[in-house]
Amino acid sequence: MRREPPQTLGDYAPLLFPAAMLTIFFVVPFGTMIAVSFFQRQQGGFYTPAFVFDNYARFLSAFFGGVLGFSLLLAITVAICCVVLALPFTYMLTRMARKVQVVWLVALLSILSLSEVIIGFAWSTLFSRTAGITNILVALGIMSEAKALTPSFGAVLTGMVYQAFPYTVLVLFPALVRLDPTLTEAARTLGASPLKAFFTVVVPALRNTITATLIMVFIFALGSYLLPQLLGRPQHWTLSVLITDQAIYQSNMPFAAAMAVFLVLVTLGLVALTVIAGRKGEAA
Amino acid sequence: MSGLALQNVVKEFGSFRAVNNVDLNVPHGTFVCMLGPSGCGKTTLLRMIAGLDLPTGGAIRLDGDDITHVPTHKRNLGMVFQSLALFPHLTVGENIAYPLRIRGAAKEDQKKRVDELLSMIHLTGYADRPVAKLSGGQRQRVAIARALAISPKLFLLDEPLSALDAKLREAMQVELRQLQQKLGITTIVVTHDQREAMTMADTVVVMNGGEIRQAASPIEIYRRPADSFVADFIGQTNLLEVQADSTGRVEVLGQPIAGLALPAGASKGTLSVRPEDVHLTAPGAGALTGKVTFVRDLGGTIETFVDIAGRQIVAVSTPRARPDVTVGQEVGIALTPDVCVVLKK
Repeated sequence: MRREPPQTLGDYAPLLFPAAMLTIFFVVPFGTMIAVSFFQRQQGGFYTPAFVFDNYARFLSAFFGGVLGFSLLLAITVAICCVVLALPFTYMLTRMARKVQVVWLVALLSILSLSEVIIGFAWSTLFSRTAGITNILVALGIMSEAKALTPSFGAVLTGMVYQAFPYTVLVLFPALVRLDPTLTEAARTLGASPLKAFFTVVVPALRNTITATLIMVFIFALGSYLLPQLLGRPQHWTLSVLITDQAIYQSNMPFAAAMAVFLVLVTLGLVALTVIAGRKGEAA
Repeated sequence: MSGLALQNVVKEFGSFRAVNNVDLNVPHGTFVCMLGPSGCGKTTLLRMIAGLDLPTGGAIRLDGDDITHVPTHKRNLGMVFQSLALFPHLTVGENIAYPLRIRGAAKEDQKKRVDELLSMIHLTGYADRPVAKLSGGQRQRVAIARALAISPKLFLLDEPLSALDAKLREAMQVELRQLQQKLGITTIVVTHDQREAMTMADTVVVMNGGEIRQAASPIEIYRRPADSFVADFIGQTNLLEVQADSTGRVEVLGQPIAGLALPAGASKGTLSVRPEDVHLTAPGAGALTGKVTFVRDLGGTIETFVDIAGRQIVAVSTPRARPDVTVGQEVGIALTPDVCVVLKK
């Protein structure tokens, strides 16, 4: 097919639809949010248009800083756990028979159909003292008595990894399927054990995919606000929980908007850093 | 015995027998080409020698040791894959150093060996290039150098030259053979290109249907093929049905050929005559007479197609001995017993 640069205004017409969609569903809401973040809050009311930095100033406290730090840490931990678990899993999955692959992928997709609420309550039951998995360990004689595993950081992490795992597998799957299987075979003929071949060939050859997957899961986990509340203590609450709290229960829309904008900026900054680091690694 | 020995090797995929009772001895330092049509089991056999597939039955021995169940990475071999399988995330130098790095060789030793190998494959100074920036022939050389980095006991190549264009492939065949002779390394190449096998091999192993049909030197295979499959697969040939009558006289297409004998007790057989051994004569002067149906003049060689009682015979001659024939003309064909090979059925 011959491609020519667009000549007339009409040639740009196919761009109109995506541009309109982006404007309506992304630019306008995000612009509104940025605008609201500078508005003045009305005590007992809603807000009035203004241009004040109060909302951002309030955010720059040790408390909110700590929550932001925890949120980022949690999201990074979830991303790393997911990739560390999903990479070997997906690698083995791509080497299985087609039928087995389909069964696994359908099972994973069905997890995606579960709502966050169901996942949260299911895990809080599984981690409970009365009906949880510790009862099985007691029955097996591994533990002396059943105990509650929730609320705790481990419970939050487990729930979030469980929720993000299918996405991770689905993102990694195509790249691993496309990976030439003779690469690992070549590594084995050259003296690498299967495990060594995985770490010296599969992982480095997929570095870009792994980086992209880490970023995706990180962003996915950053928006989570139900699971930390269902499975964690207040100190395990993320910034998203506080934003929801401010926006819905405290009716402080300008402050919630300011926190959301800040979260977006920090996220974009981290993603940019990762991409730049990846580029540098490529050049070296 | 020093070298590689395959003993009754069998490989089954479900109910399909890909390799059937293969016995083969490859003395140390020999260059073996496994040749056959696709699906004949040659690649499966190579993968079993490499340890990438496990045989269903039989044993593989290297220098007397049974390596049938030794994992691939402990076999100390070098293998070049059809896809080359160069690591895309590593440079040329890092690719070649990979087997040394895996074995924990010192950095200086790795660098020294990489430089040695790069000069051997005429790519000195390419160590820091990414493999994606190399041409097909250069990649081929890098894959060979990487496989030879540890001076392996066995050098295995699976259709190594199939991705190259015809001219480069011919040049690489010669280069590969010279390299192997210089290093004296036991080498097994899988190919479906009989020209490649004839160029490089000490021993050509012709396979079909999971079995070895003949294993011999290239010229032996060409001059004395074991059966009609080998005769037809290696080079061009004319296959003719022969019959012996009660007096022992042998007839080809109804015409007696003096001096030709079938194996004792056989009354029927197949005759293989190479096109270059078929000589055209005046009609009636040869053993057979037929009609010219087509002349293919390729410049370097001239192929004359002659129809005799519905059977087509091809004669090849050089431009100097150009036969003076035209399509439709009657010609005689001389068949002397010394150029005819009687094949077992």
